[in-house]
Amino acid sequence: MARTRPPVDTKQQPGFATMAAICLVLLYGPILVLMVFSLNSGKIVMHWEGVSLHWYAVAFQDADFHSAAKNTMIIAVTATVVSTAAATLAAIGMTRVRPWKGLTAAFMVINLPLMVPEIVTAVATLSFFALIAGAFGINLGIGNLIIAHTVFCIPFAYMPIRARLEDMDLTLDHAAADLYAPPWKTFRRITLPLLVPGIMSGAALAFIVSFDDFTITQLVAGPGQTTLPLFIWNQIRRPMTPEVNAISTILLSVSILLVAVSFLITRRRR
Amino acid sequence: MVDLPVQAGSLEAEARKDAARRNRLLSSPAILIIALFGIVPLLIILVYSFLEAGPYGGVVWHFSTDAYVNFLFQQDIFSGALTFAPAFLLIYLRSVLFALATTVVCLILGFPTAYFMATRPQHQRNWWVLLITIPFWSNLLVRTLAVMFIIRDEGLINDILMRLHLISRPITMLYTNFAIELGLLYAFLPFMVLPLYASLEKLDFRLVEAAYDLYATRWRVLWRVVIPASLPGIVAGCLLVFIPALGAYVTPLILGGGKHMMIGNLIAQQFGSGRNWPLGSSQALILMAAVLIALFAYVRNTTGKPTNG
Amino acid sequence: MDSAIVSREMTEALGVTAEVGGKSVISIRDVSKIFGAGETAVTALDHVAIDIGQNEFFTLLGPSGCGKTTLLRLIAGFDYPTSGELRLFGEDIARLPPYKRPINTVFQNYALFPHMTVGQNVGFGLEMLGRPKAEVAARVDEMLRLVRMESLKNRRTSEISGGQQQRVALARALAPQPKVLLLDEPLSALDYKLRKEMQIELKRLQHETGITFIFVTHDQEEALTMSDRIAVMSGGRVLQIGTAHEIYDKPTERFVANFIGETNFLEGEVAGEVNGALEVRLTSGATLSAGKPEGLTPEGRVTIVIRPEHAQVVADGTASSFAGKISNVVYFGTDTHYYVTLDSGDEFMVRQQNSRRALEFAIGTRVGIRVDEEAARVLRD
Repeated sequence: MARTRPPVDTKQQPGFATMAAICLVLLYGPILVLMVFSLNSGKIVMHWEGVSLHWYAVAFQDADFHSAAKNTMIIAVTATVVSTAAATLAAIGMTRVRPWKGLTAAFMVINLPLMVPEIVTAVATLSFFALIAGAFGINLGIGNLIIAHTVFCIPFAYMPIRARLEDMDLTLDHAAADLYAPPWKTFRRITLPLLVPGIMSGAALAFIVSFDDFTITQLVAGPGQTTLPLFIWNQIRRPMTPEVNAISTILLSVSILLVAVSFLITRRRR
Repeated sequence: MVDLPVQAGSLEAEARKDAARRNRLLSSPAILIIALFGIVPLLIILVYSFLEAGPYGGVVWHFSTDAYVNFLFQQDIFSGALTFAPAFLLIYLRSVLFALATTVVCLILGFPTAYFMATRPQHQRNWWVLLITIPFWSNLLVRTLAVMFIIRDEGLINDILMRLHLISRPITMLYTNFAIELGLLYAFLPFMVLPLYASLEKLDFRLVEAAYDLYATRWRVLWRVVIPASLPGIVAGCLLVFIPALGAYVTPLILGGGKHMMIGNLIAQQFGSGRNWPLGSSQALILMAAVLIALFAYVRNTTGKPTNG
Repeated sequence: MDSAIVSREMTEALGVTAEVGGKSVISIRDVSKIFGAGETAVTALDHVAIDIGQNEFFTLLGPSGCGKTTLLRLIAGFDYPTSGELRLFGEDIARLPPYKRPINTVFQNYALFPHMTVGQNVGFGLEMLGRPKAEVAARVDEMLRLVRMESLKNRRTSEISGGQQQRVALARALAPQPKVLLLDEPLSALDYKLRKEMQIELKRLQHETGITFIFVTHDQEEALTMSDRIAVMSGGRVLQIGTAHEIYDKPTERFVANFIGETNFLEGEVAGEVNGALEVRLTSGATLSAGKPEGLTPEGRVTIVIRPEHAQVVADGTASSFAGKISNVVYFGTDTHYYVTLDSGDEFMVRQQNSRRALEFAIGTRVGIRVDEEAARVLRD
């Protein structure tokens, strides 16, 4: 930039821009290399031979990839819908309200999945479903994974919805009630439409964390319940081909797209 | 909102009771889901940690404190004598060291980055935040895999160095402590930058100008003005890096190759090939206790008086 | 089972009886509102009693924290009285939620729905009442015409100016034809010129619609120019209710006299009563005839109040009520303020119209002060 600056820019510290650049290279370098090599036509992962979409084609014809993608979608979509609905209701019952008995405890419960280390949640959930199966003979199959995912999706869905509610003007609710809208209509016509960006942003985050989850899924999943991260894990334990890169690139793209969308939704209002 | 008590039986008391009932009802689905499928499992492993291990995994319903005793001691099969066995303790110490090192390096890299971001014009800042946010939400397994591709024996770095004839044989980086440390840094760097940025963004840069006006040098301004003012962000960032790094599972799994374990892998191993669920449960609870203590200390400190550095 | 419709029928029925009987529209009887309980309790309203009639422009005037907004919220139904009765055409409405009260509010920050157009905002109340679409559309157009906003019907509320938002908020509150319109400091966010315009506009709307307006403000000038009657409030109590003239010319409490306009306070002692007026002997020895609050016979020491424009400065030696020395003169163009130090030591201010005939007095001149007949009032305290 060729803008004229005062002789001493008081804000700048020497070398900080370089550090920021190093951080970006560190964060994006490996991802970009991985993505670029997904276009490699050769058989060996890191040995460049030429540009081709060959390994994407291989992935799309891989029956295991299909079933993993299907499982992932079933789990992520169900967990997103359930957790977002529950989180929306909870956010409404817990934000901008007169404190009710147990509110602080409720708040801690909602945030608990964020505080417990993932590996602890994973083994605890594994033990829980093992006990249920052993004691009552109940095994919900993929339902186990859906339940496990719903639990840790709730706080992620909750956060942006709560933030949106906190920004909202309470007098709008009063104005609607003043204009003859009973509570349910006030909710449907005023609160809910204004809450939509928060809900969408929350749902996007819930979907991402479910879609990407590896640790909990790996421990809780039964035989045949392979999700996309598990599929990749299985791939890297064999001699690898750039198919892993192709599938990894697809996974990354989904996350990046959803984060960007969620980010833009929340930015636009400000 | 301040909750003032009201006269019992008044219209207002009734209305408040109705509102409280409604709000409790609205919150109940989320609370119930987490309580039943999040908290009950934790109670189950609490119980498991006091039971005996089943021969093929699972538990035998006999009370036992072996899981906790075995954390530090090994019992002789024949004599029953306890001998000090620091294998687990060493893994815990390694994990703490890894987590600490990650926190320090993240801070060294993250602080200048966050400061740089906070001093950009508004529209540029939003893009920077998005750039840091994307890795934050990206698949950790895939990101770790990307690091692995680069540092493998036949990976990008060795490939380039060999082609340039700088080395004749690949440098072994994968499955070393270095690999784990690099992976942790890579995984948790955004966790440091974002809270630091949030705190630096609020910094009143007129303070910086005032300090320069009073003949402070760049370093002194940094040490005496900027860092004290952003201390809450530094503490939050360190905690957000240290806690997940301590319980890391994926990074050591892929980059440590089973040789260099951290607590997370130790726990998972007991539920897998180790077939000692009570031991795994006790380890999980010890990890969780450590994390909760750190969080509790943080909450206690932040809700108290603001301290000046 | 639409509750809003029920309430509409109810109010229409009630409306007829009120017109026939000529009773008050809103009747606030002994209403108290206490926030909190025990040691932390704060009394926001202290046994308030007000009756507001059909077609009145009624103003609640007082400084912030005096309870006027709390009272408005009770009438709207956003809060509940701790004790007392709140009646609309004789029916107790204290228990009715806001959406069942035929009362609409213009909020201080307008509270327009940001996700709706101007037209949708105005039609919202009627839509909630379940009126047919055609009727709603016609009424929206009529309302927008009334507030001169027809051209902006399809705009988003974020795309219009503050003054325009104000008009939309008015149209939205008037559209369902409420029995009472509540206005919570609706002009405070507007600049001076726009505020003056809207004051006239509000008077016109009230006249054209025939709806009872209850207007909350802390601006005494606004209250005096717009209101049929004013209730002056302080510390949760209603100190005086009356027309602008009554409040200004015949304040009964020191707070009212002080809050509205400028005033001279003088101490004295009741010497007797002549034709319903009190003879008060001032500390300086002079005797003044002063009006008294209705139903009150003060004795002993009293405070009397005289407005600065109800007295004249006259040359020393002319017949006057009391005398003193001019301590300061401030010229204001249309009038001049004389500050006179009375012989008793009190300060007295006189506002004198500047006309060609008016005498001018210099600082330090000894002068007499003549108080107009019936200008002095004894306060209640």
